[in-house]
Amino acid sequence: MNETFLPKIPIGHWADLLIQFITDHFEGFFGYIASGIQSFVDSLVWIFALMTPIVFILICVAIAFWRRGIGVALFTLIGLVLIYDLGYWAHAMQTFALVLTSVVLSILIGFPLGILAGINKTFHRIMTPILDFMQTMPSFVYLIPAIFLFGTGMPPGVVATIVFAMPPTIRMTGLGIRQVPSDLIEASDAFGSTTWQKLFKVQIPIAAPTVMAGVNQSIMLSLSMVVVASLVGAPGLGADVYLAVTSLRTDIGVEAGLAIVIIAIMLDRISQNTRNKKTGES
Amino acid sequence: MKKLEVKQATKIFGKSPKRGLELLKKGLSKQAIKEKTDLNVGVAGATFNVESNEIFVIMGLSGSGKSTLVRLLNRLINPTSGTILIDGEDITRMNAEQLRTVRRKKISMVFQGFALFPHRTVLDNTLFGLEIQGVDKEERKERARQALIRVGLKGYEDSFPDQLSGGMQQRVGLARALASDTDILLMDEAFSALDPLIRKEMQDQLLDLQSDMQKTIVFITHDLDEALRIGDRIALMKDGQIVQIGSPEDILMNPANEYVEHFVEDVDLSKVITAGHIMTRAEAMTCDRGARVALQLMNDNGISSIFAVDRNKKLLGVVDADDAAAASKSGTPLREIVQEVKPVQVDTHLSDLFEDISKSTIPLAVVDEQGRLRGLVRRAAIIHALAGNTAFTKAEEVQNV
Ligand SMILES: Nc1ncnc2c1ncn2[C@@H]1O[C@H](COP(=O)(O)OP(=O)(O)OP(=O)(O)O)[C@@H](O)[C@H]1O
Ligand SMILES: [Mg+2]
Repeated sequence: MNETFLPKIPIGHWADLLIQFITDHFEGFFGYIASGIQSFVDSLVWIFALMTPIVFILICVAIAFWRRGIGVALFTLIGLVLIYDLGYWAHAMQTFALVLTSVVLSILIGFPLGILAGINKTFHRIMTPILDFMQTMPSFVYLIPAIFLFGTGMPPGVVATIVFAMPPTIRMTGLGIRQVPSDLIEASDAFGSTTWQKLFKVQIPIAAPTVMAGVNQSIMLSLSMVVVASLVGAPGLGADVYLAVTSLRTDIGVEAGLAIVIIAIMLDRISQNTRNKKTGES
Repeated sequence: MKKLEVKQATKIFGKSPKRGLELLKKGLSKQAIKEKTDLNVGVAGATFNVESNEIFVIMGLSGSGKSTLVRLLNRLINPTSGTILIDGEDITRMNAEQLRTVRRKKISMVFQGFALFPHRTVLDNTLFGLEIQGVDKEERKERARQALIRVGLKGYEDSFPDQLSGGMQQRVGLARALASDTDILLMDEAFSALDPLIRKEMQDQLLDLQSDMQKTIVFITHDLDEALRIGDRIALMKDGQIVQIGSPEDILMNPANEYVEHFVEDVDLSKVITAGHIMTRAEAMTCDRGARVALQLMNDNGISSIFAVDRNKKLLGVVDADDAAAASKSGTPLREIVQEVKPVQVDTHLSDLFEDISKSTIPLAVVDEQGRLRGLVRRAAIIHALAGNTAFTKAEEVQNV
């Protein structure tokens, strides 16, 4: 390849330089973010520990019952008890904290961006290729700048997870806003709504089911990132799987993997759309 | 008083619509412009006024630009050119803030496709306009409940729109517009989803509403019978243009062109034409005259009976020629030979005249609300009118003899 007459464009080198530049000049800033993320995750883990497994399980079962009914509640109960029984409780809580933090931040950043993309065509046009890039770039690649900017451990894991998991929330929020029927927008305008009134009283409520579908996808993607995040030292079930792979331990691999699957199904069902609950259809 | 003044309002859809204005000025039709360019003429040069407290009906075939025109009136669609004045203020020059105020306080709309908010209950849909205006929570609920009662939806406050039938949803749309209590109501095919019975009821309600709440209503419909029933004036649209504006009678009797004629040809004339339309001048006399005078009058006019009225032209009855001859011999006062007749009202439809005229041997007397004689209807005139011969006479004032 080196003999081609076209000189190699140094994209990799530029990326290097960019990260170098950012680390040199904004190290403090990223340091703050890193410690912010770290303490958020830590306090979640601390709260989960304080709750004791019993309370934690009961709360999850209650939420599952409220959202989806007896079936999912039963699954949650059996699944969580199994994780406890297998001895992965502490690691499961770390994974939980990692996923929760990533999802909360994804929504916090992604929802407003999605709304903007839904309202503003230009922003939507700029955003789409960026989101495509974020989702198709192999997720491992995010780890490298994440290490440079945030060190090792939980923070780079969370950041890499956010970058990978946030796009569906942005996309689906934008989609939901754009899909609000035009006659409802007209009706809202005809009665003299301001832009904000229209947004909060009409567009967001009507887009809500679609937004929730996006959040659900984001949650699933976060979970799919836990093993990748463990490569930069994020603790939890992902680290167990990683260990199992490197030391060829089938038993640990299956158990930790199963625990991840249980958490994934539970979170998926709980966060799934329960539209029309009010009107009695589903 | 003029509530709405629309001058040369034009809306052209597509890129660089100004180009279309040029073409319209050159006299090109909507079709010609569409073939030549990618522009779609929605409304072309609409000019009309709507008076305060009037029901102004806009009619036309599908795609003729009715919805576009009505959306220009509250600027849901910005006109390509032309001005639209509400209470003398040009809304096409208003900024967003001013426009919002107009939409909140002066003009509300009922949509063709209902446009109800699926996530809100019927009550919350109805109070939407008031909520936007920041009306106090209890007050807006109360006013919304009143509006729902008006449209006959009491008891459905907590339902969601998708739990209601199409007709009920349409009434929620109406209630939502009524709750804001604006002077002007824009109604885009607001009754199209209602069954005939409720539809008639709603039309009556609309007429009541307009008279006791002093509403100005712009009403769009496909249905000529509906237009004739509720419209004070009717505008007929074709290809974005208004081809005729006039009272229901004008439209029916003097169609401006073939299009209008075609539009109105299927109308059941007997339900549109009233006794007032086809009545002719009635010979009448006051009772204090003698029987001899009565005979003389009948002779002069070649008729065999004459209506008797009091000094205020109030109809008393009819005097027969034979009776009058006998009375003039015996000297009986005229008053004693007056026979009672059953008069019809000026606004009685032809369809309701058939029975009376078939029973009666003499022409029907037509009276106004005060019972004053306004004219008479002959059998021939009814047949004439039903045959589609519309060139009938307007009754002159009945002269006292
Ligand atoms: N948003 C739009 N973009 C482009 N063209 C439009 C738009 N809205 C309406 N038109 C065009 O304008 C014309 C008038 O449409 P409009 O909806 O006003 O008709 P209408 O008389 O209300 O018909 P209907 O009785 O079917 O409701 C049509 O040719 C239509 O294609
Ligand atoms: Mg229409």
